[in-house]
Parts: sequence; C-alpha cells; structure tokens
Amino acid sequence: MTNEFRLMPPVASDFAARVDVFYWFMVLMSVFWVVAIGAVVAYFAIRYRRRYRTQRPDEIHGSNRLEAAWTVVPFVLAMMMFFWAAHLFFDYAQAPADAMEILVTGKQWMWRLQHPDGTREINTLHIPVGQPVKLTMTSEDVIHSFYIPAFRVKADVLPGRYTRTWFTPTKTGSFHLFCAEYCGTEHSRMGGFVHVLTPREYDEWLQTASTAGGGAAVARLSPADAGERLFTRLGCVTCHGGAAGALGPSLVGLFGRERELADGTMILADEDYIRQSILYPQRHIAKGYQPVMPSFEGQVNETQLMQLVAYIKSIGSQKIGMD
Amino acid sequence: MSDSDASSPSAAPARNYLNFATTAKSWLLTLDHKRIGLLYLISIAFFFLVGGFGASLVRLELLTPDGNLLSAESYNKMFTMHGVIMIFFFLIPAGPGVLGNFVLPLMIGAKDVAFPRLNLASWYVYMTGASFGVAALILGGVDTGWTFYTPYSSTYANSQVILTGLGAFIAGFASILTGLNFIVTIHKLRAPGLSWFRMPLFVWAMYATSIVVMLGTPVIAITLVLILLERGLGLAIFDPALGGDPVLFQHLFWFYSHPAVYIMILPGFGIISELISCFSRKRIFGYGFVAFSSMAIALIGFFVWGHHMFVSSQSVYAGLIFSFLSFLIAVPTAVKIFNWTATLYKGAIVFRTPMIYALGFLGLFLIGGLTGLFLSSMGLDVHLHDTYFVVAHFHYVMVGGMVMAFLGGLHFWWPKMTGRMYFQGWAIVTAIVIFVGFNLTFFPQFLLGYLGMPRRYHVYPSEFQILHVLSSAGASILGGGFLMLYIYLPLSLFIGRKAPRNPWPATGLEWEVAESPPSPHNFETTPVVTEEAYNYAHKDHAFFEQDIVDILPEEDENV
Repeated sequence: MTNEFRLMPPVASDFAARVDVFYWFMVLMSVFWVVAIGAVVAYFAIRYRRRYRTQRPDEIHGSNRLEAAWTVVPFVLAMMMFFWAAHLFFDYAQAPADAMEILVTGKQWMWRLQHPDGTREINTLHIPVGQPVKLTMTSEDVIHSFYIPAFRVKADVLPGRYTRTWFTPTKTGSFHLFCAEYCGTEHSRMGGFVHVLTPREYDEWLQTASTAGGGAAVARLSPADAGERLFTRLGCVTCHGGAAGALGPSLVGLFGRERELADGTMILADEDYIRQSILYPQRHIAKGYQPVMPSFEGQVNETQLMQLVAYIKSIGSQKIGMD
Repeated sequence: MSDSDASSPSAAPARNYLNFATTAKSWLLTLDHKRIGLLYLISIAFFFLVGGFGASLVRLELLTPDGNLLSAESYNKMFTMHGVIMIFFFLIPAGPGVLGNFVLPLMIGAKDVAFPRLNLASWYVYMTGASFGVAALILGGVDTGWTFYTPYSSTYANSQVILTGLGAFIAGFASILTGLNFIVTIHKLRAPGLSWFRMPLFVWAMYATSIVVMLGTPVIAITLVLILLERGLGLAIFDPALGGDPVLFQHLFWFYSHPAVYIMILPGFGIISELISCFSRKRIFGYGFVAFSSMAIALIGFFVWGHHMFVSSQSVYAGLIFSFLSFLIAVPTAVKIFNWTATLYKGAIVFRTPMIYALGFLGLFLIGGLTGLFLSSMGLDVHLHDTYFVVAHFHYVMVGGMVMAFLGGLHFWWPKMTGRMYFQGWAIVTAIVIFVGFNLTFFPQFLLGYLGMPRRYHVYPSEFQILHVLSSAGASILGGGFLMLYIYLPLSLFIGRKAPRNPWPATGLEWEVAESPPSPHNFETTPVVTEEAYNYAHKDHAFFEQDIVDILPEEDENV
C-alpha cells in the first residue's frame, strides 16, 4: 500500500466501478446546483444592491408557475437518483451462487476470518482476483462493520445473528479493511488489509498458510468437516442422526427449505434459523416433535456455531434418503 | 403607536425588561420570556465553549496519523462529549430556547408565552439535565458516541453512560415544555388581526419545530430509559446475549434523532426568511410555500429514520421506502432555497452582518442538503455510511446551516435584546472568518469520506494525513472566529451605541411597536395587526442604523 496522496480511493471491485459512476453523476449534479444558485444569488446581490437611500424595491409576492417548476424539477431529479441508487443496491443485495464463502467473526477489536478449506487468518483477508466472495458474518460482542473502501462495500456485523455481504475483486493489490461501526476503545485499530492475489498466488498462499500455522490437520479442516465432528462430539447426532423414531428430525435436506412448525406456521431454514435452534431450541419447534432439546448456549462459541451451520448446510443439499 | 419620549436625549433611560429589576433573584425567578431567553443564551454560550473545546482536542489529535496527544479512550470520550453537548445542550435549545423565547411572543404581539411558569421550569429542567451531563464529564466521561448504540452502551461501555443518558433524558423535558408552550402561545395569544397567514415565517418555523419536539422527544426519553434499565438492572431489551435486539435501539433512536435534525434546523429556516426579507427590503417570495414547506419537512421528517440503517441488516424493502422518503423531503427543502433566492430578485439589498450570515447560510446549507442526497442513495450510502462524508454532511447542515442562521438571528435581534448595537466592522470580519474557517474545516472531510476514512477513528492510515491537516487548520480559523463573538458581543453591552427601536428598519411587531429593549410586558397596549407580514413595499426604507453606505445619495442620481 503506498502512502501517496490521492483524492479517489482505488477501484478494486466491479461494484466499486458502478458506484463511482453514480458518485460522479451526483458530484456533477451538486456542482451544477451550487454554481447555478450561487451565481444567481451573487448576480442578484450585486445587481439589486441598494444604490440610494430611498430606493423602493419592486412589490413581488410570488409566482405559482415558478413554485410549480421548482417543485417538479427537483422531484423528478430526486426520483431519478432514487431509482438509480436503489437499482445499484438491489443488484448488490444478493450474492451469486458460485461465490466463495468466507466466515467472519468480529470481536473487540479484531476480525477472525475462515476460508472454505478451513484456513484461518486474523485482520487480513487473502482472496483470489475475479472470484466472487461472500461473507457470512457475526459478532461475539458489540456491533462492528466490515468495510473495504476499495470495493465500496460495507455491512454491519451484529451479535446474535448473521449478516452477509459480497464482492468480486477485479484488481490485485492490498486494500484497507476497516471496522466502520464504533465499537469501543480500540475501534480505530480494528482492521488490516485485504490482499487480492492471482488465483495461483492464492493457492500458494493457502499451502503456506496452513503449514505455517502449525497443527496443520486442525487448521485444514473445512468449516463443514469441523462442524461434522462437533455434531458427533456434542451428541447432536443422537437425536438428529435420522434414525427412525429419534427424538429430533433428521437435518438432511433441511437447509434452504421451508419447514412447518408445531403451531402450523412455515419458516425458512436459513443460517439464522439453525443458529437460533441450537442456542434457543424452544423458540421454533418442528411439527411432530416434542420440545425436549436442551440449549447449547454457552457450550459453543460463534466459530463453532458457524461450523455447525456449515455442516448442516453441506448436508442440506443432499436428497432426503429414507422418507 | 405614538413615539415615546425615549427619543429625547435628556430623559432618563426608559423602564425596560433589563433595568426594571436587577437583583439575582429577579433573574433566577423571572417569568419574563425575554429574560428566560437570555438565561438560555448564557447557558448555551457556555456549553458551546465546552463542546468546542472537545472538538479542538479532536482536531489537534487528528493532525497526525498516530495517537500522540490523547489515549484512545480519551479520544473516544472527547468526540462523545463534543457530540452530546453540541446536540443536546446547544443545538436543540438554541433555536427555541434563545431566539424562540425572546422573539416569538414579541412577534405575535403577546405579553408573554402562554405558560410563563412552565417556561421558567423548562430552563431549570434544561440546567438540571445539563448538570448531569457535566457531572458525567467530571466523573470520567462517556465513550459511546452521542448515538449510544447498543449493546456497546448498554452492556460493554465502561463509562458514565447512565449519568449522560439521564442528562439527555431530563433535557428532553425542557424541549417538550418549550414546544408545548409555543404551540399554545401561537394558537391562543396572537394579537388581534394577526391571522395565521400574517404570521412571520419564524413563527411558522417555531410551530413546526414544536410539533416535532412534542411528538419525537418522548420516544428518545423512553429509549434512553430502556438503556438505563438494561444497563442498571440487566433487563433484556437490546443486548442479544440477554435475548434482546440491538437494531431495535437504532430504530427507536433514529425515530427521534432524525426528526431532531429538523428540531435543530427548522428554527434556522425561520430566521433566514426574516433576514433575507428584511435586508432585501421585500416581502418573502412565495410566503405560503415557505410556510407549508416547513410543515411538510416536519411531517415527512418523521418517516425517514431508516436511512441511517441501510447497512444495519435492515430489510432491503424497508430501506427502499426510507430512501424514497428521504429523496422526497429534499423537495420542500429545495422549494425554500429557491424562494429565498427569488426574494433577492429586484430587491434593494443591504449588506449588514445578519444578511452576510444569511447569504453564507444559503451556500453552506445548499451543500449540506445536496450531500444529504448522496447519503439517501442506497447503493452509494453503502460506501459512505459511517465515514467522514457523513461527518462533513451534518456539519454543513448543523454548523453551516443552523449555527450560521443562529448567529445571523442573534446579530439581527441583538439590538432588540440588549438595547445596544454590536460593532459592524468586527461582526462582518467575524462572519467572514467563520465562513472561511468552516469550509476549510469541513470540505476536506467530504474527500476523506469518499476515500474511505471511517469516523470516530483515533488513529488512521498516513495517506489521509494531508486532508486531516487541512481540516485541523480550518478548525483553528473557525475556532478563532467563534472566540471573536465571545469578545465583541459582551463588549457591545457596555460600549455599543444605544439601539433605536428599529435599526434596520424591519417589519414586525417586535421592531415596529416594541422598544429596544422592550418594556417588561412588551407592549403598553395590545397591538392590532392590519397588514400582512413583510409589507416592506409600504415602509420607510431611508433610515438604517450604522449605515456604512451613508455616502449613498438620497435619490437615484441616474433618474
């Protein structure tokens, strides 16, 4: 990262390029109005300054035509900006299906990140250029915000739920990663760099990162594999293993589908639903089952929760076997 | 009204609200809206200094990328103190508490507000709240930011959140009492003949402000109490670890705090309408549109709060509505700017200090408003949210807008409030210093924001330093400008020239009927209004106190 003075941040994602076009439109529009109104005010101020002491100004009360004009013109302009900006936002709201998923945990005052193969890093993120990347994020304490100015992307990271964002880096290099939501004493030090690498460099980096970290076997476990181990170790498998007559429903094929609850309502089985069902099992009881599951609150941390969710997601796409 | 004998030079000074009693008790137990206005003025002037001190330390720290003046903890406490004091103890009471209290009853020809005792109580309530704020400062300060976001404020922060929250909570009741008083006063105490559409636009603006105060303030009061309950008693409301929802806090907070922006700026709109009309010697262009745009802003202002939360995990469809309404509110705001500009057309414009501030306001508020559109834009706000762009934007609105308008109004009504003229030369130089210093301070922050510099950062990457140095340099000029006010305005009380009844000469009962300074009960007899507001076309334009253009010919030589 160079320290040279600049007026525009680097453009390192496809979204950044689109945001900049809109930004320049807004800048030009603003400059137009400031110059136009400023010029009119300055002209009037000079042209109609009082020149002699008994000068009488014209008696003008107003003009409905002008009022209509300067109501309609700003309205039309405002709507144009509104639609353009909303369009940008909606395009960006949904990550593409082939995006690589990085798990992010915020904590006063550091970012923990985990790659799909289980490689972990703190306050830095290495990603390959051209690859859509989606982040699934949560916080262990207060609200943080994951912000990469070069990508023009930011999303708050909340305790107690998952938030998401995504981007496709288009330029290799190192870019700032900031926490944008004030989170306490060392808020301004909660960040580091995003290193965008070529795909080959990324693969090389994954190799060295996992061997350098020591305890390679653990580090290399993908979140889903780590989650599977937890699933067994915590005893989830006893009730949710899919055996006939088990106390809990099988979780195979669950993820991403609507499921019916005991009170008859339907709920989408997404990340937040699974997280809640592990921590607060009494909130949503699946139809046909008794509310007998104990809470795992305090027994699993946010990283382990994400691994369990990753495992349940990984078996979510499997076909439902027996039923 | 016949001329009083005050014009005769040998007469003793006329009995007025300042000299009819001078004991401390007569001030501290006064029921006179004018004296209460001055009590508010002294109080907010003090808190402006304290808040400004916080800003100075923040700007000094940011001269270098590393934290070498303050610790991270002290830095966080400084920007929090700056925000809390400037918003709750300066900006919110500045419009209604000072100028509203002093001018509004005079403008509508009333002897006082409808409930003078409540009015005095409001000042005491405000001072009690402010004392809690000061106590919090002395006992170690608070580091949550003025926004008190949960669960940081309710569970994690290790500072005086409860005292500060109580301070803001209590000060809110002072606003409510003032708002209630103004609404009743405007409804019930207007002079005979002063129909709604003859009211000065400042009165319309205060009416709109009061409605927002009455409807919004209770919500922040409840929200602050909920934080105190969670923090003090562990009640689960916002902290997800207890089963609460942290984003609920943001909804409640901004439901008040976005309308609060209009509590701060609407009085400024009213002041600007008075100033531009008076110093253009013309009736305001499109009176009805200016009046109703205030009401429209007050109404729509209640439904835009979610634009603070585009990246807070709020539903994208909710965000869509909030974005739409935020763009919509730009329309009545634009209408005001156009009408003010059109008022200048074919006027006879006189440049006095209040008018310099009004013209400065037009430019700065225009920039503040336009950059608000950047932030209402969903796709762009993702990048700009919580950066210096936001800091620059709201300082352009709050300082470039409201503080400029307030200072314009203060100079405009200063002769009426004190009976003395300020020093024209000093005042114009100060206004220009403030304008230049302000732009140098805050314009670089727009650039910083788009570069990605997050707000509330104690240390920052070195590539941002040049812009931060520019901003800090501007802040020292701006601070110098503000300090000049603290010198020449008090000085004018002692050596300023005596003010005539109507130095500008302006329309309105406070100028045309009430003396400078007014008598304790404002008017000797109830005035009767027989004409519309800003009837400058039928007024005498010849005399201007402190006419620096005395060289102007009596008649147009070219005719």
